[in-house]
Amino acid sequence: MTARSSPEEPVLRVRNLRVAFPAPGGAVHPVDGVSFDLHRGRTLALVGESGCGKSLTSLSLLRLLPPPGRIEPGSEIRLDGVDVLALEGEALRAIRGRRIGMIFQDPMTSLNPVFRVGDQIAEGILAHFKIPKREARERAIALLREVGFPDPARRADAFPHQLSGGMRQRVMIAIALAAEPDILVADEPTTALDVTVQAQILEVLDRLRASRGMAVLLITHDLGIVAGRADRVAVMYAGQIVEEAPTAELFARPSHPYTQGLFASIPRLDGPVRRLNPIPGTVPSPHAWPSGCRFRPRCPRAFEKSVLEPPLFTVGPDHRMRCWLGEHAGEQ
Amino acid sequence: MVSAEPVLRVVELVKHYAAGGLLGRRQPPVRAVDGVSFEIGPGETLGLVGESGCGKSTVGRTVIRLQEPTAGKAFFEGTDLFALDRRSLRRLRRRMQIIFQDPYSSLNPRMRIGDAVAEGIEIHRLASRAETRRRVALLLEEVGLDPAYAGRYPHEFSGGQRQRVGIARALAVEPSFIVCDEPVSALDVSVQAQVLNLLTELQRRRGLSYLFIAHDLAVVRQVAHRVAVMYLGRIVEEGPTEALLASPSHPYTVALLSAAPEPDPAGRKRRIVLPGDPPSPAAPPPGCPFHPRCFHPAKSDRCRTELPLLRPVGATRAACHYAETTPRTLAAG
Repeated sequence: MTARSSPEEPVLRVRNLRVAFPAPGGAVHPVDGVSFDLHRGRTLALVGESGCGKSLTSLSLLRLLPPPGRIEPGSEIRLDGVDVLALEGEALRAIRGRRIGMIFQDPMTSLNPVFRVGDQIAEGILAHFKIPKREARERAIALLREVGFPDPARRADAFPHQLSGGMRQRVMIAIALAAEPDILVADEPTTALDVTVQAQILEVLDRLRASRGMAVLLITHDLGIVAGRADRVAVMYAGQIVEEAPTAELFARPSHPYTQGLFASIPRLDGPVRRLNPIPGTVPSPHAWPSGCRFRPRCPRAFEKSVLEPPLFTVGPDHRMRCWLGEHAGEQ
Repeated sequence: MVSAEPVLRVVELVKHYAAGGLLGRRQPPVRAVDGVSFEIGPGETLGLVGESGCGKSTVGRTVIRLQEPTAGKAFFEGTDLFALDRRSLRRLRRRMQIIFQDPYSSLNPRMRIGDAVAEGIEIHRLASRAETRRRVALLLEEVGLDPAYAGRYPHEFSGGQRQRVGIARALAVEPSFIVCDEPVSALDVSVQAQVLNLLTELQRRRGLSYLFIAHDLAVVRQVAHRVAVMYLGRIVEEGPTEALLASPSHPYTVALLSAAPEPDPAGRKRRIVLPGDPPSPAAPPPGCPFHPRCFHPAKSDRCRTELPLLRPVGATRAACHYAETTPRTLAAG
């Protein structure tokens, strides 16, 4: 295990991240003041439904926002202390892939269909390391073995269409790992995959996190895959983090009404079958964030103070939530 | 479980696709569905679960003759569905409807949703113009949409709302049976719950039967009275939902349950992770279709050569030579 700095020091520090998109009535902010840390060897899960801003958050880390999106001044992203938002050109390219790697939801659209997968991995290696082609090929085969292919030398010669969805996703992971990043951002890596394959991929990611001491940011809408696979969970709603806690703590004591609503609406395999309790209404659009607490229109526990925007309050060990109901929690 | 005449009785359904061969080379056919039988009673839901390539969507489309079968029979309300001529089939079509997975592509973007819902009523000439408008309004309300939205176009709605439109459209012709082909897979969790509750409520109120196709066992559990698990074109286990989930007898069912995401951090500590991928129906292995990935300690040569048939094991029926001793978890060590 290679620990390159003390586990207490975050390898990535995000503070007050705000993303703006121009709109007729004035800019909208689909990511609106997000803060979190990533630590080596640990997984943070960023959980939320469509439109909460989680994907834009992850793209911001690599400065890959689709135009005309912009990261607003006042946002801070520090990689081992270095201000990522101040980097340009060569310096920025040096961190993309090499320090922060990323894998996406649909591996078929990320792989070049006319090149063999081994060559695509080798290409990734050569982009970051000046080594002879033969050595790049050897490293590519080693990576294929590391992501779980039993016959990596043979697989290296396959074209993407010859591989199943799960295999292609493993190739994507191998390409991301080729650059030996300190941080891996996985944006819905298993959503398009079958459930048994999903289990394999998540296991590969977890094993690599441990063996390489990587920090992993796992972005998903599925609370179920987070349990047992992330150290910490942050729940996003309407561009903000509304609750964050160590995983076991969040599952044992979900405190924000939105988080509680999510749990109540998820079908379960354990316990008796019960009628699902969906959250009434729908997720708001960034064009119309509700004033005050953004969950207020759908919240069964909204009260007078909800018309004001709540800050994060501490409600348990390393457990914070953005809700006025938590204001006096620490005083109990 | 089935007392009166079943709404749908499927017997040895087979659907093969001819595999294209380059330069006239003959390939063996893709055996998408390879001998599937089941019954669904009035007011009952059969859940059909499985992963990519198992044939569940093909079953759904074939039992209502959206596709022609290769072999087998389907009796809908007692009538031999595959023997009907086009005209009689058209009349019967009213009684069997389908809801699709993708709420974005299943609605005509150029059609106002009120017209989409009304279309079936008009085609089957079930009501006058004025009466149709009234029925459309009632249907929209029944699925939880404001009737005033009838004049809007699909792009003005969210995924969950479009799915409700699809349900209203299916209900418009007063079917007794609806194939639900992954109706909530593309929806967010909170919307998914709303739509599942709606489907359950509609079943209760209208006595509908559903064939509910899904890959998510937890979702299926919410709506299905019985479940059939498919693998490579065949049913490998089937039975009452709670019994199948509590005491599965087929190794694949055990693996599916183990892999299912479960929001419990204590979790099942030792997940069974199947090697390899779901196989392609273009090249099924000989013997038991599951044997290459099977973790059963009793797996033997018999599994490689002899196809196991569905037989009663405990409270379910399973197609496994060693179903009585299927382990539920990984062995220690």
